[in-house]
Amino acid sequence: MALERKFKIGEPILEVKNISLSFGGVKAITDTSFDVLEHEVRAIIGPNGAGKSSMLNCINGIYKPQKGTVSFKGKQIHNITPNIMAQMGLSRTFQNLALFKRMSVLDNILVGRKLHTKTNFLEVAFQLPKVKKEEKINRERSEEIISFLEIEDIKDTPVGKLPYGLQKKVELGRALATDSSVILLDEPMAGMNVEEKRDMCRFILKVNDELGTTMVLIEHDMGVVMDISDRVVVLDYGKVIGDGTPDEVRSNQKVIDAYLGV
Amino acid sequence: MKPIFMTYTKKDLINLGVCMILSVIIIPTFIKTEYWYTSILIPWLCLALATIGQQIVMGYTGQLALGAAGFMAAGAFAMFNLILRVPDLGFVGSLIVSGLIAAAFGILFGLPSLKVRGIYLMVATLASQFFIIWMIDKFGWFKNYDSSGIITAQDIVILGKPFTTPLAMYFVCLAVTTVLTLLAMNMARGSTGRNWMAVRDMDIAAESMGVSLLRTKVQAFAISAFYCGVAGALFAFCYLKSLEPVAFDIKLSFKILFMCILGGLGTINGAFIGAAFILLFPVLLNAIGNNVFHGAIDATIISSIEQVIFGLLMIIFMIYEPLGMAKLWENLKQKIKSKLLSSEVKSLESSKIKN
Repeated sequence: MALERKFKIGEPILEVKNISLSFGGVKAITDTSFDVLEHEVRAIIGPNGAGKSSMLNCINGIYKPQKGTVSFKGKQIHNITPNIMAQMGLSRTFQNLALFKRMSVLDNILVGRKLHTKTNFLEVAFQLPKVKKEEKINRERSEEIISFLEIEDIKDTPVGKLPYGLQKKVELGRALATDSSVILLDEPMAGMNVEEKRDMCRFILKVNDELGTTMVLIEHDMGVVMDISDRVVVLDYGKVIGDGTPDEVRSNQKVIDAYLGV
Repeated sequence: MKPIFMTYTKKDLINLGVCMILSVIIIPTFIKTEYWYTSILIPWLCLALATIGQQIVMGYTGQLALGAAGFMAAGAFAMFNLILRVPDLGFVGSLIVSGLIAAAFGILFGLPSLKVRGIYLMVATLASQFFIIWMIDKFGWFKNYDSSGIITAQDIVILGKPFTTPLAMYFVCLAVTTVLTLLAMNMARGSTGRNWMAVRDMDIAAESMGVSLLRTKVQAFAISAFYCGVAGALFAFCYLKSLEPVAFDIKLSFKILFMCILGGLGTINGAFIGAAFILLFPVLLNAIGNNVFHGAIDATIISSIEQVIFGLLMIIFMIYEPLGMAKLWENLKQKIKSKLLSSEVKSLESSKIKN
């Protein structure tokens, strides 16, 4: 880990309190609470079906939990929708890739600039000078992200034609383009080979380091999680069974049991 | 390719120039028969414009809608009433306002898209088709209490000058279509179009990026209906020269849908290609019937054959080339280009060997 961080880990930016979510009779999450500190890399781990993705979907407003609250930037948010969270500065990627398949890599990333686009459709139709100015700024920022992620050579390719690993990168790029303060990453390294995983880790740490973006990630590869995250929360059957630094979590008996299936 | 003027690349400007020279200079100098203007070019431009409207909502925003003709009727009758009751607006003013009235209907009938999708939305949007036609038939005011059922459209007068010859009407349609096509291209290529396509390709992700589904869908429906409304007004005033609700029945909606799909979903030039194909194909079939079989085949049989071939083509395109004729055209250009390139390379190589 970096010895000296440009962005010191600060106060809680995202707090999840007593969230319970069930689908019919199936309980996905039961009374779960944890927090995320500003500028940290926070991992959520747990066996399959532990409720990790459901947790992110609750934070982001895709699922509506039956109980519990989500506070973001010190404010408790009622009626969470993905749109409201995006406007408040929370962006995300998806487990099963949710890219705009028929659009090019550059266009996908440009959609991430939506909240920095203030011109309306009439202004766009008539190509007023301010539209051109705004488009230029957005394109420059997108190109920056593209070169940061080292995907310059595919920027005009339709995303649907790219291999899985690259699509994951594009999705990270799209989340970055929003300039959000918190990014939720749902299994950013699933299905990648060792080299691609190493690259992805590098990007995640670099973003966190250079921009101070708070990262919340779900990951299965324990080695990766322990290496890059500041703190880890462990879910099992929709409950928190461990929360702390990677070392603390590693020595937690409940976590060991859950992972070894005892 | 860097944009050199506004958002257009050099290639776009060349294309635009070629189209303009073709339509403004070459067509009027070489085509003298009225038939071509009144029966092919004018309806082509009107229907291409309506197809652009259909493209915006279906090709770009991915909302299956089937009611283009309803919006066209709204535009056409709005135009009739505006010219009749608010003569001060002038032709262009009335055209814009009738587009806006159609857009208001578009917003109203686009609202179901927030709750239903796919084939169910298609059924829901059929309401626009039937409601608008019913409304015009039911309330005599819209037809100025004309009992005959068919109203003659007023003459087109722009800035005190009458536009009554087929050629003049062709130019009116051409001007309106050109302006609206350019505006549609600007939107489709800019941030507006990106929002549409984001909603089409993955709505949850679009919402997570801050794209409002409500606003984007309703906006697409409104703009689409505006285009259909203007197209409908032109269709009635320049092509039919009369107004009757029956002209805007469900068959016309389907025709526009076919133009959209055959031309290529999500393309603006596809609207023109699709419209041209569907308009010209029956003409071609008739010509074949008359000249090859010398009228031995009955006209009704020819029109049935036409339906069969359209149906087959739809299925073939859906399976093999969902992006339609615009994509075929693109592929063809690519092939020619690569052939030319390879022949250039060969000639270069052979000249090297000679040297």
